[in-house]
Amino acid sequence: MASTYEKIASTTLNSATASITFSSIPNTYTDLVLVLVPKYVSTTATKLTINSDTTTNYSATWFYGDGSTAGSFRLSNVSPVIINYFNNTSAQSSMNILNFQNYSNTTTYKTYISQNNNAGAGTDAGVFLWRNTNAITSIKLEPGTGNYDTGTIATIYGILKA
Amino acid sequence: MTPMLGIMASSISGSKISTSSYESIATATGTGSSGTITFSSIPATYSHLQIRCIARTDTGFATDYIQFRFNSDTGSNYTYHGLEGDGASTAAFGAASQTVALDTNITGSAATANAMGAAVIDIIDYASTSKYKTVRTIGGQDQNSGSNTGQIRLMSNLWLSTSAINRIDLTSYRSANWTTSTTFALYGIKGA
Repeated sequence: MASTYEKIASTTLNSATASITFSSIPNTYTDLVLVLVPKYVSTTATKLTINSDTTTNYSATWFYGDGSTAGSFRLSNVSPVIINYFNNTSAQSSMNILNFQNYSNTTTYKTYISQNNNAGAGTDAGVFLWRNTNAITSIKLEPGTGNYDTGTIATIYGILKA
Repeated sequence: MTPMLGIMASSISGSKISTSSYESIATATGTGSSGTITFSSIPATYSHLQIRCIARTDTGFATDYIQFRFNSDTGSNYTYHGLEGDGASTAAFGAASQTVALDTNITGSAATANAMGAAVIDIIDYASTSKYKTVRTIGGQDQNSGSNTGQIRLMSNLWLSTSAINRIDLTSYRSANWTTSTTFALYGIKGA
């Protein structure tokens, strides 16, 4: 049986950077898994843009817990959307894992799922819809405000099927 | 193999590595006329299984749910707990003595066109013959607008059997058919 879980690319920032873009993503995998360990210069969250599409083709549904309250939240018809419900301060560390299933098919909109852990603020999970049937070829990550700081790590993996 | 990927950031490290610990076992696609997708003759050579999917059914509802059975067991041997957010509120739920495992939300034919549910389903220590089988799932669907616009769900299922899992039947809660855009992929994860 074939080996099927491959690291495609990874970056670790050694200076403050406005964004990280994985471009020219090959269509040779079935799914993508993106792991982001962000460090921010200022209090913010990460915004994700697919294929440079900055129109209002995104929507999302989250639920979250902050240590005392659980809740759910939705955004519809929005431009590139944040992937985590909770903002990070510059002193907090967190982790985001995103799954993009069948990212290269050209017949369906793209549904992707995130799990976000920020021990300083809360934990959340979200399901996202990008209303476009194009294959995903690039993913841009950027803070809502300010820059990613030194030490931010982003890695993208590809998963094959039988 | 040289990676065909660009990274626009500093400290680039783009070498591609392969691991032999995560393997594709089988992939199945919906036919549009069948409500069951089956993985059978699953080898016991892995430590864990993972199912990754995008799914939609032809139910007249906007939402549907994945169900599954192990080893064709139709007894009251399934129990679950779930946590869900629908964009406005959260809910916790559970049930015991079920004849089928209830899993995450997906879309039906009344959903926004081309919108799919998605899920990652982990089946832990599936080949054990000394313990019951625990399954965890993160999944959901978002339709942008309309009723039942979106749900995100965490599920835990338990199959009260010590038999090794060698067959998985995936069905629709609403007894509908899997659309041709549906894909379930089964992977095996090796231990140390």
